[in-house]
Amino acid sequence: MLKRNFASITAVVALLIIWQLLCTTGLIPSYMLPSPIEVIQAFVSELPLLLENSVITLQEAFIGLFLGVSVGFIAAVLMDTFDILYKAFYPLLIITQTIPSVAIAPLLVLWFGYEMMPKIILIVISTFFPVTVGLLDGFKSADKDAIGLLRSMGANRTQIFRYIKFPTALPQLFSGLRIAAAYSVVGAVISEWLGGFGGLGVYMTRVKKAFAFDKMFAVIFLISAISLALMALVGFAEKKCMPYRNTDIKGEK
Amino acid sequence: MNKLEVKNVSKSFDNNHVLNDISIELNKGELVCLLGVSGGGKTTLFNIISGLLTPDNGQVLLDGKDITNQPGHISYMLQKDLLLPYRTIEDNAALPLLLKGEKKKEARKQVSPLFEQFGLEGTQRKYPAQLSGGMRQRAALLRTYMFSKDVALLDEPFSALDTLTKSSMHKWYLNVMEQIQLSTLFITHDIDEAILISDRIYLLSGSPGEIKEEIIINEPKPRRGDFNLTPEFLEYKRRILTLLK
Ligand SMILES: Nc1ncnc2c1ncn2[C@@H]1O[C@H](COP(=O)(O)OP(=O)(O)OP(=O)(O)O)[C@@H](O)[C@H]1O
Ligand SMILES: [Mg+2]
Repeated sequence: MLKRNFASITAVVALLIIWQLLCTTGLIPSYMLPSPIEVIQAFVSELPLLLENSVITLQEAFIGLFLGVSVGFIAAVLMDTFDILYKAFYPLLIITQTIPSVAIAPLLVLWFGYEMMPKIILIVISTFFPVTVGLLDGFKSADKDAIGLLRSMGANRTQIFRYIKFPTALPQLFSGLRIAAAYSVVGAVISEWLGGFGGLGVYMTRVKKAFAFDKMFAVIFLISAISLALMALVGFAEKKCMPYRNTDIKGEK
Repeated sequence: MNKLEVKNVSKSFDNNHVLNDISIELNKGELVCLLGVSGGGKTTLFNIISGLLTPDNGQVLLDGKDITNQPGHISYMLQKDLLLPYRTIEDNAALPLLLKGEKKKEARKQVSPLFEQFGLEGTQRKYPAQLSGGMRQRAALLRTYMFSKDVALLDEPFSALDTLTKSSMHKWYLNVMEQIQLSTLFITHDIDEAILISDRIYLLSGSPGEIKEEIIINEPKPRRGDFNLTPEFLEYKRRILTLLK
């Protein structure tokens, strides 16, 4: 693990050192770019506030993600079962995805106000899509001969879904989930920018107004850390759900 | 009474007349080969027998009962093993039982004593990708057997295997068949294979597919190790080659 990542770890450390040097030598004025050490100091002193706001953001992200994934799953199953729905909605689905979620966010605020509602709706809109498309592609890639074989054994639709279609789509489902997890945090922060009473996005707009660059950097790093952690969680679940992928070809495990 | 009987089955796809008035029978414990040119409709016939396709005419009878157009009575096995890569061998073999509504634990308990007989000891918890081609075919056979304990439809089951593995699979299969009282309908392109393992051979001629000839292999089983080098064997082969021309 450490060996494999040696190159990238070295690169990160080198970048941090250069950054620190740029600041301590005064090449870049400190009111524009705080040094890594200052960022860490800001992070520590702001920790209680950051945590308080993270809880709000994470809450929105989780609720939105859960609903988005559920909607995505149901949509995919319906569209796979009824070909007419697939034909009707698949193109529409692709087109709606070209509208950036940032563009709809203000509209949602106007309609639903500053509470949680518009934030969750935005996250649902941006997370259900990768899940639906991933699952649909997965369902469609199921082996026709394997389905025929199960049918010859008297399997009904539900059994074919359970034993073939769903497990075949698992890898695509997880790629979709990973994207959705990242979108959920970004979606929460963006909608908080546009109006809200708490959360990391609101915190960001506040420190921006105060020109507190060090706090700004601290919160940026925190947000990417949260996204990464969520993606790692998905990766962990993926490994647990697909143990057959962890076996090397002829080995025991 | 015949184990399995196909009576006057015909089938067309649009304007493509694939099967014409096919009648074959399979007796208990017999191994019968269906030998014919590619595209002759052999797989189509299997799909009709297993109930996945509806014939235009004719009937399929299992133990005298009409099962035409009813999936869920007879399953088949293909050249592709179609083992599900995300299930262990044990859970692949147990699948037919799960489909019939058996509990997972109970299903595993029923398959596990058969692993030895099918030459699969120690593979219960492995995934298909961890097995050799021959073992995978045996696992697929075990699954077919778990579904229907008396009739097996095999569509070129060994054609992807190398010659040596194939011949050891033949020996093994004939042996297992006898132990478990299996009747087998076997599709192959390989004339030698057909003569080596069959009790009878149906020759299927192409477009539209018709049964051209029924050849009985009068050679006691188990066959001698060098049967394929005897004049009798070559005589059968010559006859089949002439008929298929
Ligand atoms: N579902 C289908 N729809 C239309 N045509 C079909 C269908 N299934 C098979 N056919 C046609 O029926 C003919 C026989 O096909 P089949 O697969 O039964 O041949 P086969 O004897 O099994 O050939 P092979 O030895 O190559 O496996 C072919 O011409 C094929 O194109
Ligand atoms: Mg075929």
